[in-house]
Amino acid sequence: MATRDLTVALAGNPNSGKTTIFNNITGARQHVGNYPGVTVEKREGFRHFQDKDFLIVDLPGTYSLTAHALDELVARNVILNDRPDIIVNILDASNLERNLYLTIQLLELERPVVLALNMADMSEKMGQKIDDQALSHKLGAMVVRTIGNRNRGIDSLLKAVVHTAETRNKSSFSLDYGPEIETKITQVMEAIQELTEIQYPARWLAVKLLEDDQEVISAVRSISGGEKILAVADRARAVLKNIFNEEIKVVFAERRYHFVSEIYRQVVVNRNELAQTTSDKLDRILTNRILGLPIFFAIMWLLFNLVFTLGAYPQDWLNNGVAWLSDLISAHLADGDLKSLVVDGIIGGVGTVISFLPQILLLFLGIALLEDTGYMARAAFVMDRAMRAIGLHGKAFIPLLLGFGCNIPAIMGARTLENPQDRLVTIMVAPLMSCSARLPIYTLLTAAFFSESYAGTVLFSLYFLGIVLAIIMAWIFRKFLFPGESEPFAMEMPLYHIPTMRSILTHMWERSALYLKKAGTIILAVSILVWFFISYPSDVSYSKNFEQIKANTEESFQTAVTEKVLEPLQLEKVEDSRDLSALISQISDIKEAKDADKEAGQTEAAVDSEDSADLPDDPKLIELQQVNPEIYPYAIQYWTLDSERKAEVEKLDEEEAAEKLAGSYAGRFGHLIEPAIQPLGFDWKMGVSLFAGFTAKEVVVSTMGTLYSMGKVEDDTTELQTALVEDPAFSPLVAYVLMVFSLIYTPCVAAMAVVRRETNSWKWTAFTITYSVALAWIVSFGVYRIGLLLGY
Amino acid sequence: MLKTLNQLKPGEMGIVAKITGSGPIRSRIIDMGIVAGSKIYVQKLAPLGDPMEIKVKNFNLSLRKTEAAIIEVQMEATS
Repeated sequence: MATRDLTVALAGNPNSGKTTIFNNITGARQHVGNYPGVTVEKREGFRHFQDKDFLIVDLPGTYSLTAHALDELVARNVILNDRPDIIVNILDASNLERNLYLTIQLLELERPVVLALNMADMSEKMGQKIDDQALSHKLGAMVVRTIGNRNRGIDSLLKAVVHTAETRNKSSFSLDYGPEIETKITQVMEAIQELTEIQYPARWLAVKLLEDDQEVISAVRSISGGEKILAVADRARAVLKNIFNEEIKVVFAERRYHFVSEIYRQVVVNRNELAQTTSDKLDRILTNRILGLPIFFAIMWLLFNLVFTLGAYPQDWLNNGVAWLSDLISAHLADGDLKSLVVDGIIGGVGTVISFLPQILLLFLGIALLEDTGYMARAAFVMDRAMRAIGLHGKAFIPLLLGFGCNIPAIMGARTLENPQDRLVTIMVAPLMSCSARLPIYTLLTAAFFSESYAGTVLFSLYFLGIVLAIIMAWIFRKFLFPGESEPFAMEMPLYHIPTMRSILTHMWERSALYLKKAGTIILAVSILVWFFISYPSDVSYSKNFEQIKANTEESFQTAVTEKVLEPLQLEKVEDSRDLSALISQISDIKEAKDADKEAGQTEAAVDSEDSADLPDDPKLIELQQVNPEIYPYAIQYWTLDSERKAEVEKLDEEEAAEKLAGSYAGRFGHLIEPAIQPLGFDWKMGVSLFAGFTAKEVVVSTMGTLYSMGKVEDDTTELQTALVEDPAFSPLVAYVLMVFSLIYTPCVAAMAVVRRETNSWKWTAFTITYSVALAWIVSFGVYRIGLLLGY
Repeated sequence: MLKTLNQLKPGEMGIVAKITGSGPIRSRIIDMGIVAGSKIYVQKLAPLGDPMEIKVKNFNLSLRKTEAAIIEVQMEATS
């Protein structure tokens, strides 16, 4: 980072186009982080202009600078404590009166201010005319016109910033609050002047003390002599309260607004406060009493499909790419710990991280479109009544809906909620939405234990249970974690805009980069940790000597080949006869092609396998036999022996893998927690599978595959289904409880990493994990016990 | 005639007389420019009957009815 000549803070109302201006100024040179200890985002960027290096700080968008809302407090503290050289106040010109309310609060902070009249084109379209010079004169600050979404006026704005900085044009602004209040302000200021160590502007401090601003009061209390000032302020406040018969902060706000409307009247011609705009006309359809909801659901359907249906294609490509990479590396590394770490640990982890990327990019494409056009506020308007029933804001519907596809976009989507408590509750209940990664567990267990006619009901009951639990938990969290008065809803319905490509791309890029940087590292680290638990210790004591048995299998195979194939043909080895080896490879190609057909067609189940190999039922085989009748029987003999050997070795490998997993730390952990999960009807195998499921829910199925010696379970799960049905530990009830548990407990490492990133707190992440596991246990226990009582 | 804002029907207009209540909701409403003397026009109700959309100081604001209930308005004849 270069040395900065000027620090510029951008302040403005939400929807004033502040972020667009920020992007216009800084381009790609920006950085997003968090203000220490809070969820409020800190956005900084750099710009070189007229031989000066600018540091641009984008303050949170606020309507005011009180201590009621976190965003406002953060914005205020940056201005007071970091003391930026210039504050650029972005104003929505079409909405000037309310925007000026923040302006005068900024001016009261006594820092140099430059005003950017943004979206002036919109206001002119509405028939308004703003007198820039009069405005500049009244407020004692330079006024520049900008059109953010067409990137106009940025240079003039920066020039005004430089000019204001050079002239050190400190705002000479002062608002007259009327004789009664002014007397008291003077009194408090006199008390303040006796102190030297206070760095805040004295008049501002006096006003805030009279306004009963709790943040300022506690700051003053902490300094020596502070109590004395507070006593003066308390007395003054009491006197004023008697005069006005109203809370003093309300009187201050009214005076400010009165002042603002005076200026507004003098500066703007052709005011028509209640004019119907183009947006109002659009809203006659979009938020119509009858059409509003259907249109909302149609838009949600589009969003869902954009993220998940469209996102599935690039996700597949990425997964294939990762699989290809891992095959490539597998082929070039010797078997052993290193290979296992690289292939299963690192590449597996990286694969998990990037496989969510397409969805996140598309999610933020969708969200940026909804927010930048202005529809997001309408969505909240339409859905608020329904969502409030569970104590959530109307906007919470969208993230929760996305949860059915994947919890990660759901958790990240919660950032559209401005209120931190709403956001936190939404983040914590989003994992209860049954995401698509849980589906393989449901399909496996439903297919194994429930008849087809019940499968639909079983699936539906799980999704429904998730929703019901989300509603209950949201209500509980609201009531017990954040008791007290509910947060205000009052929400601006911004004018509809055509979004700019640039702001949408910036939004997508920024979110994805944050996901990769912040969440990606955690996902990778935990994936490697879980890999370690599953793969170690490597010196497990096996029930039999697998290496020896495999060697024996090889040996007896060689003996059989020599006896049945080589000796009759008087050969040393197969390769000695070109005809024989060619024939063998032709046969195996035909057989493999047939197997592949069978798998794809799924016509017959595993009925006729290698046993019928000697019958040349395939026309292609008959053809081969006719071409070379002498050698053919030997070739088919060799092929049969070889496939028997392969099957044998594969079976041994799978048994060995199962025993290795059982003996691993994860397996021991499964045994260790068995007493804890026994009341739910689970055995240690289910424990291990669920433990492994922390990485991702699909892993539950593949772990079961390994534990039941099924090797790598992918699409074809019929064998695993049979094995599960044969296992006495399982019953339809246990299978159902296992599905319930999988639904409720922590979805995956990636989701938790995103929770960490979005809440900016390990505490809330730990809480989310703990509560979900506890809830899973309680509900599973209930379902299991009730099921037993009902005789299942 | 004094009424609370939530009692107004779409298309009706009023001038704010007083904001009752306390706490963050009151502060938010005041910060949004609803102070004594502000002119308010009720634009519409949401499909589920709540929240309501109003026009004040040249912009549109959505308010829950419980929030609108703390705003006392002097009714004006609709033009």
